[in-house]
Amino acid sequence: MFQPTALTRHDRRTERLAGTLFLLATVLLIVPVGIVLGILVWRGGPALSVDFLLTEPTNGMTAGGIFPALVGTIWLVTVALVASVPIGVAAALYLSEYAGDNWLTRLINLAIINLAGVPSIVHALFGVGAFVLFFELGTGILAASLTLAVMSLPVVIVSTREALQAVPRAFREACWSLGATRWQTIRRVVLPNSVSGILTGVILEVSRTAGETAPIMFTGAAFFLPFLPQSVFDQTMALSLHVYVIATQVPGVPDALPYAVALVLIGLVLLMNALSIAFRAYVRRRKKW
Amino acid sequence: MVAAGPSAPPAAGPAAPKLEARGLTIRYGPRTVLDGIDLEVRQHEIFGIIGPAGSGKTSFLRAINRMDEMTPSMRVEGQLLLDGRDVKQWRNVYALRSRIGVVFPLPVGLPLSVYDNVALAPRLAGVKKKQDLDAIVERCLQRAALWEEVKDRLSSLGSLLSGGQQQRLTIARALSQDPELLLLDEFSIAVDPVTTMRIEDVLKELRRELTIVLVTNLVQQARRLADRTAFFLGGECVEVGVTEELFAGGARDPRTAAYVEGKFG
Repeated sequence: MFQPTALTRHDRRTERLAGTLFLLATVLLIVPVGIVLGILVWRGGPALSVDFLLTEPTNGMTAGGIFPALVGTIWLVTVALVASVPIGVAAALYLSEYAGDNWLTRLINLAIINLAGVPSIVHALFGVGAFVLFFELGTGILAASLTLAVMSLPVVIVSTREALQAVPRAFREACWSLGATRWQTIRRVVLPNSVSGILTGVILEVSRTAGETAPIMFTGAAFFLPFLPQSVFDQTMALSLHVYVIATQVPGVPDALPYAVALVLIGLVLLMNALSIAFRAYVRRRKKW
Repeated sequence: MVAAGPSAPPAAGPAAPKLEARGLTIRYGPRTVLDGIDLEVRQHEIFGIIGPAGSGKTSFLRAINRMDEMTPSMRVEGQLLLDGRDVKQWRNVYALRSRIGVVFPLPVGLPLSVYDNVALAPRLAGVKKKQDLDAIVERCLQRAALWEEVKDRLSSLGSLLSGGQQQRLTIARALSQDPELLLLDEFSIAVDPVTTMRIEDVLKELRRELTIVLVTNLVQQARRLADRTAFFLGGECVEVGVTEELFAGGARDPRTAAYVEGKFG
């Protein structure tokens, strides 16, 4: 009864073509990731060992391990998180739950998006000016982490705000009509139902912060410092800077070494992500509506 | 607040209206949805509001518990007196809202357990003791005709109940505030007919303890439940009358008569 017309044949061809194109784009995305990981494992894997993770670099960083850099990166990321997550979540709560929709909030939103686009080297210079010099924190973990925190605040704010706004407005109205204040509504209804989305932003931030090099190289990361930091005011080595240093600045480094350090850095990020994703899955299991 | 019964209206006899609108106008930006209406809701009556979509019924309810303050661009003018006192003059809007129970068109089971849904308002009001909360939860669920169905799964998520159960859960939640005024906004939209009848029976019982404003799209529901009924049309309150009379052909305005007979809307 319905013969295929030229038109429906055309539609089906277009459909197949579109599907193929989108698949191709996805493959294009995954292939580089696979290649990078593959090369890192292939070239750096053999150099990995427990000793490598837990000893200091020796012989002018051409041998030994990366323990101080590993610990330093964990310090930097942790302090940056402690500084940026509470401030970012609080700012997002204000923008999403309290602020009215007026020109000022629109301006603030625009500023936040623009801040996310500022190059990291500019953040580095800001960090030197603000934290190292003006607040006289000196170069150390605190100044470096605060610089990283400023850099990652926009990511936290934007993703948190989106997570908050994904909670249906009907939930808020139901809670308000029970006589709850805005804060009571946030604490009992909005936050418990947006935690998983907020965590997604935090995961993104961890990955970015751990890998950043420019913002920390002037503010607190050291070229070579074979001791562990004793306080947040000490300088520290960091994995990201260490990759850069041994790959370009130090002669006579064995080929495998930079690959191994990069592999550890990626492994660390993946591990943190895996932990957050597991936690998020746990939270999400309890959320249903 | 929760333990207190219906409080006596200040300096007014039983004849004084529970709720009174005087020249109530509601606008969203430049759009007027309710244009200077006057009406009275008496103590312990079920006051029905009928009218086609967009006639301002829901906006009227939202103005009563000052939801306009949470809604960008919504503006309320004129007076809305609860027990003779303008709701805008309540300094503590949260105390005002906790005296007014609201049931929404689509059941909003908060993503909390059944127990926590009903215990939320008492907890906000400061009730902490487990046994007090238990008592309130059981009483409210029983009054909402839901207790028998959920008493064995109080800790499961409220949002996983069926639509009809969720709507009774929201009624139980509204009752947990021990409100003097219960606002129902087309509560039966997402509820099957049998459950609707059960809820209607609950409402008839509740009339003895509180005052109910019932917005409904179902003309026959107003006929079954409401003592008096108002007809809203295009932002105007066309007519308020005793329900029996309106439906017995006693409508003064031909538009009301046409609407209750199902000729439009």
